[in-house]
Amino acid sequence: MSVRLSAALATLCLLSAPALAQGAAKPTDPQIAHIAYTAGQLDFEAAKQALEKSKKKEVRDFANDMVRDHTEVNKQALALVEKLKVKPEDNDTSRSLTKQAAAKRDELAKLNGDAFDKAYVANEVTYHKTVNGALESTLIPSASNPELKSLLQTGLKIFQGHQQHAGHVAADVK
Amino acid sequence: MTPGRIRFAATIAFALLSVPASGETIQVTIDKLVFAPAEMSAKVGDTIEWINKDALVHTATARNGDWNVNIPASQRGQIELKKAETVDCYCKLHPNMTGRVVVTSD
Repeated sequence: MSVRLSAALATLCLLSAPALAQGAAKPTDPQIAHIAYTAGQLDFEAAKQALEKSKKKEVRDFANDMVRDHTEVNKQALALVEKLKVKPEDNDTSRSLTKQAAAKRDELAKLNGDAFDKAYVANEVTYHKTVNGALESTLIPSASNPELKSLLQTGLKIFQGHQQHAGHVAADVK
Repeated sequence: MTPGRIRFAATIAFALLSVPASGETIQVTIDKLVFAPAEMSAKVGDTIEWINKDALVHTATARNGDWNVNIPASQRGQIELKKAETVDCYCKLHPNMTGRVVVTSD
């Protein structure tokens, strides 16, 4: 099993329903805000790496789309936490996402050309899938503030769009 | 109004009347990644105008390749319908956004 997949599964397990049923793992709004912001920021950084390394138009266009969309979503997220006076709080899920992303970045740094393009885009599909799963199963149901919940719901639609878009680009770079 | 102005106004009115009958403009709103209405009927010569309320760039792209409209964040985009056909459309950047336009001839 790849590092990426096992890490993704670990994240999903951390956020899984049984853990929530026991009440212990239910994230608070400050933690949810931190996880959502971190997830967006990590994809932004992945896109920056792609823009440094890739020469393929489809991949660069996709990376530019990710930079633009995630910048906007995180701008809205920051405005909302400021308005709600919520202080995003670091937590195990954010740390786990950050650690996985760093490992992926190192792995991708060693690749070039088509190999890089394929690996970056494949990871974009997986990454968005993981984050969307967490949003749907845990973050949105756990959010107690209605405005935070609403922003996460819009975020989910955007990231589901990214997941499908990445799937189309993956077919192009095959 | 002076005679000159009346003549001018009449010329403008005539010019407007002599423009070939143009179609209607049908507006589609994009809000939180949803095309509304998602399905619509139009006639050849009508124009669809997408009003993007999101702070994100979207596209309205015909799946059959007939047209592609880029709609910048918080702006509008238009296309005049030239062919009688049923077109499924989507946003290339967020392909989970879908819609359909049924275009009939006059």
